[in-house]
Amino acid sequence: MMRSVPIPPFELFYEEHRSEVLRVLRRKLGADRAEDAFQETFLRALRAYGRLDHGEHLRAWVLTIAKNVAVDTLRRTRATTELPEQGVDDSRPAYDELSDLTAGLGPKERAAVVLRYGYDLSYDEIAAALDSSPDAARQAASTGVRRIRRRIAS
Amino acid sequence: MTVSPALDSRFRHAAATLGLLDVGYDVVESPIGELVVATSDHGLASISFDTDPKRLDRLARIAGPRVLRSPRSVDLARRELDEYFEGRRQTFDLTLDLRALPGFTITVLEELARVPYGETTTYGELARRVGHPRAARAVGTVMNRNRIPIVLPCHRVVGSTGSLTGYAGGLDRKLTLLELEGAR
Repeated sequence: MMRSVPIPPFELFYEEHRSEVLRVLRRKLGADRAEDAFQETFLRALRAYGRLDHGEHLRAWVLTIAKNVAVDTLRRTRATTELPEQGVDDSRPAYDELSDLTAGLGPKERAAVVLRYGYDLSYDEIAAALDSSPDAARQAASTGVRRIRRRIAS
Repeated sequence: MTVSPALDSRFRHAAATLGLLDVGYDVVESPIGELVVATSDHGLASISFDTDPKRLDRLARIAGPRVLRSPRSVDLARRELDEYFEGRRQTFDLTLDLRALPGFTITVLEELARVPYGETTTYGELARRVGHPRAARAVGTVMNRNRIPIVLPCHRVVGSTGSLTGYAGGLDRKLTLLELEGAR
């Protein structure tokens, strides 16, 4: 009969995996954002820890949580870029007007259009912000503009 | 990749503040050496003279596996212990977590808590007070396994001849505590 591996006290689990978790998060997010993500990873692990059935594969488990936190962090960062805060100026900035116009687009197209025509960024800069290539950014912006034209015309 | 002390303590602080721990513990310095003090949401759960991390399993068995070192969790206990060791406190106001202890043990510990600062009693006398005059040996076992020494003052219990007999933390510590309280 196999006996299941007991769940170690969280302190021991944390001490064993914290260095590797930080290393993985730094690689994915850079040093600054890795710190918040590190805390979030172990808080998520702590929330779920009392519901674990056994102590097997804890390394894989916590690295999966870290990966999910990294994905969420990147998504949040992009969303901030995609959807700038409403301007408080009387003269409505270009990106603000674009936020209505682009409301029906997919996230990638919308971001490309807003960054290109609202913020006047180059396709190289947009590609970097969206973690994609300049060609893909150009493609997304042009598809977005075509959709907007079609909708306005209809 | 070393986790910086600042990042490490930020996490520990957040975990305790968010109420995610079954047990928070920390090491408290004292005249009788380092004490590992642990609290749960039911109160003070353990004071240990043994700083071996393997003993964390014991804390997990008391309250659950989410055991984490977190200075914040023991702030209150640390303050009362500091005051006690400085001679400024004779009774503790801490709530105690006595979960999962047998009824007899709890009865004996409650009686033990009534033994005043600076006085001593004997195992036999304590057994009489809980209504089991022949259970001096069982009372001794309860003292020996006392999870919360100092606060539950098993150091105030001595042999019928006045000899120190035993102490889970060692006789030196027992003697130091009794001298601190002016009982020796």
